[in-house]
Amino acid sequence: MKLIEKANQKALSRMLSADPVLIDVIPASEAIPDLKSHMILHAGPPIAWENMCGPMQGAIAGIAKFEGWSNSLEDAFEKAAAGAFDFHPNHHFDAVGPMTGMTTISQPLMVVENRKFGNKAYCALNEGLGKVMRFGGNDDSVLERLSWLRDDFGPAFGKALRSGDGIPLKHLVARGLTMGDEMHQRNVACSGLILRELAPALARTSSDNEELAKILAFIGGNDQFFLNVGMAMGKAIMDPVRGIEGSSVVTAMCRNGTEFGIRVSGTGDQWFTAPVEMPEGLYFPGYTEADANPDMGDSTIVETIGLGGFAMGASPAVAGFVGAGAASDAGNFTRTMSEITTGENPEWTIPAMDYLGVPTGIDIRMVLDTGLAPTINTGIAHKEPGVGQVGAGVVRAPMKCFEQALIAFAESVGVK
Amino acid sequence: MRSVIINEVRHGFYLDSVALMRYSKTIASMDGVEEAALMMASPSNRQIMSDAGLLNDVSVDAEGGDLIVGIRASNTEAAETARTEANLILDQPTTSGLGEAWRPKSIRAAVKINPEANLALISVAGDFAAAEARKFLRRGLHVMMFSDNVSITDELSLKKEARDLGLLVMGPDCGTAIINGTPLAFANVVPKGSIGVIGASGTGTQEITCLIAQGGGGISQTLGVGGRDLKDEIGGITTLMALDALDADPDTCHIVLISKPPAKTVADKVVARIGASKKTFTVCFIGATDWDLPTNATFASSLKLASENALGGKALFANFDVNTIAKPASAAKVCGLFSGGTLCAEIQTLFISAGLSVMSNAAIPGVDTLSENSTAHTIIDLGSDEYTQGRPHPMIDPSVRDGALETAMADTSVGIVLVDVVIGYGAYEDPAGHLVASLGTSLSGSTLVIASVTGTDGDPQGRLSQIAKLEAAGILVAPSNADAAELALACLKLAG
Repeated sequence: MKLIEKANQKALSRMLSADPVLIDVIPASEAIPDLKSHMILHAGPPIAWENMCGPMQGAIAGIAKFEGWSNSLEDAFEKAAAGAFDFHPNHHFDAVGPMTGMTTISQPLMVVENRKFGNKAYCALNEGLGKVMRFGGNDDSVLERLSWLRDDFGPAFGKALRSGDGIPLKHLVARGLTMGDEMHQRNVACSGLILRELAPALARTSSDNEELAKILAFIGGNDQFFLNVGMAMGKAIMDPVRGIEGSSVVTAMCRNGTEFGIRVSGTGDQWFTAPVEMPEGLYFPGYTEADANPDMGDSTIVETIGLGGFAMGASPAVAGFVGAGAASDAGNFTRTMSEITTGENPEWTIPAMDYLGVPTGIDIRMVLDTGLAPTINTGIAHKEPGVGQVGAGVVRAPMKCFEQALIAFAESVGVK
Repeated sequence: MRSVIINEVRHGFYLDSVALMRYSKTIASMDGVEEAALMMASPSNRQIMSDAGLLNDVSVDAEGGDLIVGIRASNTEAAETARTEANLILDQPTTSGLGEAWRPKSIRAAVKINPEANLALISVAGDFAAAEARKFLRRGLHVMMFSDNVSITDELSLKKEARDLGLLVMGPDCGTAIINGTPLAFANVVPKGSIGVIGASGTGTQEITCLIAQGGGGISQTLGVGGRDLKDEIGGITTLMALDALDADPDTCHIVLISKPPAKTVADKVVARIGASKKTFTVCFIGATDWDLPTNATFASSLKLASENALGGKALFANFDVNTIAKPASAAKVCGLFSGGTLCAEIQTLFISAGLSVMSNAAIPGVDTLSENSTAHTIIDLGSDEYTQGRPHPMIDPSVRDGALETAMADTSVGIVLVDVVIGYGAYEDPAGHLVASLGTSLSGSTLVIASVTGTDGDPQGRLSQIAKLEAAGILVAPSNADAAELALACLKLAG
């Protein structure tokens, strides 16, 4: 027991001492040398083509066409079914991706370096709202935007970042929390703060005013721009926490649209999976629960570091948006999550909760002891590929993941 | 004299400027402090602090994400005191900002938001109670375990662990306690006083504390120990700790110990502990007729006698004369239907000491177990396991008694039905009303119904109003359980 506490304190201190900095945007092939042609990284735990949900398959068809591995979506579907592509989780390559989470060689990836531990993590650029690949969108407009991100936006963004010492994220997130972001469903403040940090460097490194204006407008017009930055930050914070012997702290939570998967520090890189649940939430006009795809994406990495549903108290507006109840109840989500976490983050605090630090370091023992599954704030994708986001809501991590993890964890510490 | 400037930098430590302004004001208003500011080290903030003469070399390298504590004071001592205070404020645990709607689900969170709590009441299902109790003990809280069906092995290991930690485990199956005037689980509203009660039983403790209250006395503390504490296996761990606690308590002058007769080896330890005390004791081992005790302790064979002794020998209800209300019983048999286990045991004691033959499902020594075709008086404990499996206790749900009442009232060999009515916190909202309704028209028959009410007027149900309901329905009401036994005996006698 004492050893577990000690190991968990070690895990917590690694999380709290992390120093994530957004330093660059580079092609995936450079960021991840092991990423080869015809390899497709996806969100969530490992999954085979035939088990993928509609949006995931749609995104794969789209990204295969985008990479030039198929002439058409139909062809891509056939090739995928015939085993022409290698599928792997982003998490196996230091990366994360929202919703479908497509990562392939030519995509630009943001690089977040954890300067305390020297590790790096990667995430693709956020495409904006509406019809986008992360929700399974794959038509020409989606692919054209991806091309622009690859050819223009990404290189310009990277150049601007390289002209300085990068953007430290910890302090930026702390400010975002005080401005009403919880970094999963609400990123408007942090997106603005990033834009403010970045604009001078972009201006300095750009020679084309029109292109510069387009880039600034793209960031400025995308309230969720920071989500992908926050996710890479989350991955960069959590990776040094992996593999601490005797620690029952969760190091990753993610979903592939079919299964939810978690990893626990003390059990290394083993996945514990269970079928994903349906989010409960609010739908955009014209859509209902019947249109919704089950829970999906690597974005739950932000809950893993104490943000998103864990920081709901910072973001009363989100509580209403995701259908979690009255804005005044937002703090209760955070308080409840503090019942399953190892500690609080003294630097990420919530003013409206008397500067309570966000609950940090999910302990699988406490999850099972209290019966309280982590609360996740999430976007809801349409179940048909290509339609996009149809709502937002709250979903619980399936208890079964934690049950399996606890059994394996118990064995890892010598309890049979 | 020159001012002293102290700077301190916290790297990567962010706090909202509103909070920092508040803290700055606190520090700046301290004695000897001329000016102070806690600010994030942005260029504009640095300028402000510099203009205010608050910066020195220490903070030269501070950047936007760092916090600067800048203090200018008239002397070093004042500056250092202010620095200490600033660090205290910055490091203080953030309070939870607890909303009314939120209730913690885990013990950890509950203890965290109530750091002063030192007692936990556990009433989860028995299989889980021991694990929950350990969580509290390890957080330094005493435990009252209302849960039953906890294994005796678990009880022993919990009590040993608690003893090592200097904590009390009251229970398992501890139904009654009154701590610092707060009634816990099944307990009554009694005045504060100098009599401490240690009980291995619930209703026995309730009856004694209520009788003491009716006799003008008051209670300092009432501690429960659980029904098995004085068995060999447990060895009286909690009883001995409770004796230590009340012996050391300056507000307790006299101590009442109530239990079933304990195991010999345990009794010896308990009696020795009593003998080592300078205080006086009343010992009531229900079912025993006498016990060898040191000179500072008096044995009482009934709850009423124990209460009278605790009151310094004052006779309770001296004006109550059974003969004024006794009526001849229509048949020779008494059927007692009790919700309180110790009240049931007290009746058995009084009946056998009057020379009657008695049988019970919870037989005390000298009483037979239940059998068909016996003419012995039947005294039933409806709170014992065979009646409460999967049902609430009859003190919570008095309908548990309804079926047995109906049978007894219809039995022509039964002349008297004897019942208890237990009120107080935890008990049913109107047990007398339920009893009357349940008896219904059978009350107009020839069977006598005799009752007593365990409780006080301070209880939510009100003792007097409960008695009034019973009397209005023609039920004969005695002022105590022991007096109810006397009344029944008198009714039997009148019938010849």
